[in-house]
Amino acid sequence: MGNVKQDLFVARDPEFTWEDEESLARCKSKYNGARALLDMLEKEGVELIFGYPGGVLLTLYDALLDSSIKHILPRHEQSAVHAADAYARVSGKVGVCLATSGPGAANMVTGIANAYMDSVPLVVLTGQVPTHLLGTDSFQEVDITGMTLPITKHSYLVKDANDIPRIVREAFYLASTGRPGPVLIDLPKDVMAAEVTSSCPEKVHLPSYKYFSKGNAGQIIEAAKAISMSKKPVVYAGGGVITSAAGLSLCQLIEKLNIPVVTTLMGIGSIPSTHPNLLGMVGMHGTVTANLAVNDCDLLIAVGVRFDDRVTSGLKHRFATKAKVIHIDIDPAEIGKVVRANIPIVGDARLVLEDLLPKVQVPETSAWWNQLRAWQQEYPLRYEQNGHLNPQMILEALGRIGGEQAVVTTDVGQHQMWAAQFYPVKVPRHFITSAGLGTMGFGFPAAIGAQFAKPDSLVFLVTGDGSFQMSIQELATTVQYSLPIKIILMNNGVLGMVRQLQKMFYNERFNQIQLHANPNFVKVAEAYGVKGLRVDKPEEVEPALIKAIDYPGPFLLDFAISPDEVVLPMVPSGKVITEVLGGED
Amino acid sequence: MRHTLAVLVENNPGVLARISGLFSRRAYNIHSLAVCQTENPSLSIMTIVVEGDSQVIEQVTKQLHKLVVVHKVTNLSNEAVVDRELALIRVKVKQETRLEILQTVDIFRGRVVDLGRSSLTIELTGDEDKIDAFVRTMKTYGILELVRTGRIAIARSES
Ligand SMILES: Cc1ncc(C[n+]2csc(CCOP(=O)(O)OP(=O)(O)O)c2C)c(N)n1
Repeated sequence: MGNVKQDLFVARDPEFTWEDEESLARCKSKYNGARALLDMLEKEGVELIFGYPGGVLLTLYDALLDSSIKHILPRHEQSAVHAADAYARVSGKVGVCLATSGPGAANMVTGIANAYMDSVPLVVLTGQVPTHLLGTDSFQEVDITGMTLPITKHSYLVKDANDIPRIVREAFYLASTGRPGPVLIDLPKDVMAAEVTSSCPEKVHLPSYKYFSKGNAGQIIEAAKAISMSKKPVVYAGGGVITSAAGLSLCQLIEKLNIPVVTTLMGIGSIPSTHPNLLGMVGMHGTVTANLAVNDCDLLIAVGVRFDDRVTSGLKHRFATKAKVIHIDIDPAEIGKVVRANIPIVGDARLVLEDLLPKVQVPETSAWWNQLRAWQQEYPLRYEQNGHLNPQMILEALGRIGGEQAVVTTDVGQHQMWAAQFYPVKVPRHFITSAGLGTMGFGFPAAIGAQFAKPDSLVFLVTGDGSFQMSIQELATTVQYSLPIKIILMNNGVLGMVRQLQKMFYNERFNQIQLHANPNFVKVAEAYGVKGLRVDKPEEVEPALIKAIDYPGPFLLDFAISPDEVVLPMVPSGKVITEVLGGED
Repeated sequence: MRHTLAVLVENNPGVLARISGLFSRRAYNIHSLAVCQTENPSLSIMTIVVEGDSQVIEQVTKQLHKLVVVHKVTNLSNEAVVDRELALIRVKVKQETRLEILQTVDIFRGRVVDLGRSSLTIELTGDEDKIDAFVRTMKTYGILELVRTGRIAIARSES
């Protein structure tokens, strides 16, 4: 009996049925799917991929040994996707990640959703069980193309190795053009071993796929007229401005016209934080002035945004009600999805803004500016300096000491919002955060991806003790690849953001927010070979930051933060901006 | 309001899942869906009847266009169209109702396609209203089984 059981197990394990010497030798000798795949990746300019091996990927990992592509091994497949995601956001290239079938692929789902929500170009490669076992609930089989249908721009299940060159070509093209997004290629084990005789297609042939680049000239003239005639215009800039490298054109526009601009969380960095026309972030934890400006404006110039409910409070009929809306976006489906646009312009933000610039006349906005400046005076972003270690103070110090070229990645929670509010971002693609999905655990692998994209830049991870523990195993990755990431841990001993909500809206009936068994993070770091330092006092902040920055390797700063700190101002979801909490003293 | 969309898609496995997934995930209401290959074997046409105001239909259309497998979306409700449905209906039949039923089938220009001892199977094509009316009449005799294809539609050629 025992034997039968064992045989069954062996029979179900692909490592036993597929990795016999003979089949290995067979697939090594010919130009197989795995080699074709890697050749295509090289042709697409891929330098590194973040991956994690497994049974169905053995042929591919064998071929990788002979490829110029560098493989990075994070300690979890979710980290592989997040790292590729941040690599793409920082470098502007397509990020590539790889995982084995079944659990490996399933572990990537959150990462794929994260990239999809923030429109990040990724090519996600997953191993799959051999084609003859597809659909039989075989060992480590999941229908990953099915599971990720709603969170990919497109996906392929490769059934014929000769399709690999074409599919890889298409995948990179789809991921990086139009509105970017993740494209998944599911690669059955036998397909990677099968011989490939096809060659790389000259051109991508996707007759059903179109995207817009230049905006409609008539609409642009309409927009120019509306802007020239407006009295209270506001630009509402989002991630699309960064994706299309429209920051410079946008600056030219707002400077020429002297109009104010607000950004979304994704739009941070599109305009330098010190720009006098910038009113700050809009939305739930945005500045009061940014929100009042949007609420009161007569013309909302929305560029590369999607009217997310963190901005509109989910109240589409009460959002910017006095305004005419110009909506510039590359995705036609975003126009009119939430808020009706009076002047829709489908196109690439940079090209549209470039066309718009020479056509607009300077509107008369001095009264509007008086109002805006008065609001800024009345409602500055502020925090109480109470002799304790304030998170805001740490972020301001980081901005001073870190320098303009530093890349900051964040996790999700209070520390993320404080970073968005108080860390001065001067350059596009230098503030990397999980905005649409709000994925705790994103920040650390994102810092890894960012460091690979910019090996010579300072990379800071701003994280919380909850989020950090969702990816803490990546300490090993930073050590293995000598990544000198500086970890700014805002350690409040709680799931701060949830605690804040329970405090403000559930009568302080706290539940499941206490992280009782938190480890000594400095010791954990040291166990991995990462330097660590605990910081308790305000006066220790600057010396500690300098010490961490000067240290050549990864460094963890464990900042003791009070759990009572709150993120303010706050427009509770479902409320309009006039119901903002904590706007004034 | 109901709209009829003709959606030209790639004829590949998984395409139907992409389309139906899109509808369910975005909470669009499919009233009926008919799929078949076109004269070009690499393409299929889906005739989707969907419920919603003009804003919903605009979103449905745009979201469909975003799928790489979708080549073309035509809202046939904006055009002059011929639309048809096919129904197969098995009705209980007795000696004394037989003639009545056959006469009704005749009036509706249906056809009897199968004959049993106690039942008749009728084939009927027409627009939705016509089939609804026929089904109502047959209910009085007792419907044993009913299948309908859902609407298929085609734009009228310009005269
Ligand atoms: C994967 C995941 N699970 C749960 C949440 C819900 N959530 C949002 S913020 C937060 C607390 C984050 O705590 P921490 O990382 O310590 O940051 P803090 O808010 O204390 O700065 C939680 C649980 C989430 N965003 N992501």
